[in-house]
Amino acid sequence: MKLQTKREGRSLEVLLEGELDHHGAKGLMQRLDQLIETELPLHLTLDFSGISFMDSSGIAVVMRCRQRMREAGGHIRLCKAGPQPRKVLEAAGIQRMVEME
Amino acid sequence: MKAENYVVLEFLSRSSNESFARMAAAGFAAQLDPTLDELGDIKTAVSEAVTNAIVHAYPDQLGKICMKMKILEDHVLEISIRDWGCGIADVERAREPLFTTGGEERSGMGFTIMESFTDRLRVKSAVGKGTTVSMRKRISQRLTGLR
Repeated sequence: MKLQTKREGRSLEVLLEGELDHHGAKGLMQRLDQLIETELPLHLTLDFSGISFMDSSGIAVVMRCRQRMREAGGHIRLCKAGPQPRKVLEAAGIQRMVEME
Repeated sequence: MKAENYVVLEFLSRSSNESFARMAAAGFAAQLDPTLDELGDIKTAVSEAVTNAIVHAYPDQLGKICMKMKILEDHVLEISIRDWGCGIADVERAREPLFTTGGEERSGMGFTIMESFTDRLRVKSAVGKGTTVSMRKRISQRLTGLR
């Protein structure tokens, strides 16, 4: 899984690229944890446009980021999820907990 | 239902085989000419079932996973994933949304997603003997006259 970050003030945008499954989820979580700790963003945007496949492991990643951002007094949103990741996110009801565009 | 075609695959419970399993399922399903949406559903459901076997059936060891894919009458795809791992004590509870015995990298949504992405999900399990998850999905028949 590849990550690209873009920072503007206290906003951090992370572009995720690749397939998000259990095999890569743990490593991704650690890298996102680290980014949140070092960059201390108030607004974190996860850009899903580069995710070609995602299963429920991605839900755990999003929920963990949401938790971390809440603890830090910040806010998370998701954007640009393609049809397959979007269907998985919606089946889990993520849109009721996290802002999605 | 009699199978019109089938493939059986056996692989080790390494997480690197998760993507292999869903690609293999997509490759087998291709002969039913599924839509991209249906293909996404199949890959997602297989990824969930195989991940469950890797994470829960064999938590501290590597073990054998068998994936059987069948094409049944009426454009029905059946995929069953079997392991010989620790088994599930309470299948009903395991199927509930958000229930998980996994670590924080698990969401507890695996069975919920398998259920909503397929037409039928059956889970047979015996503690100490293993688990078989069997899923069926009917693939829509598209107009093929011009092909």
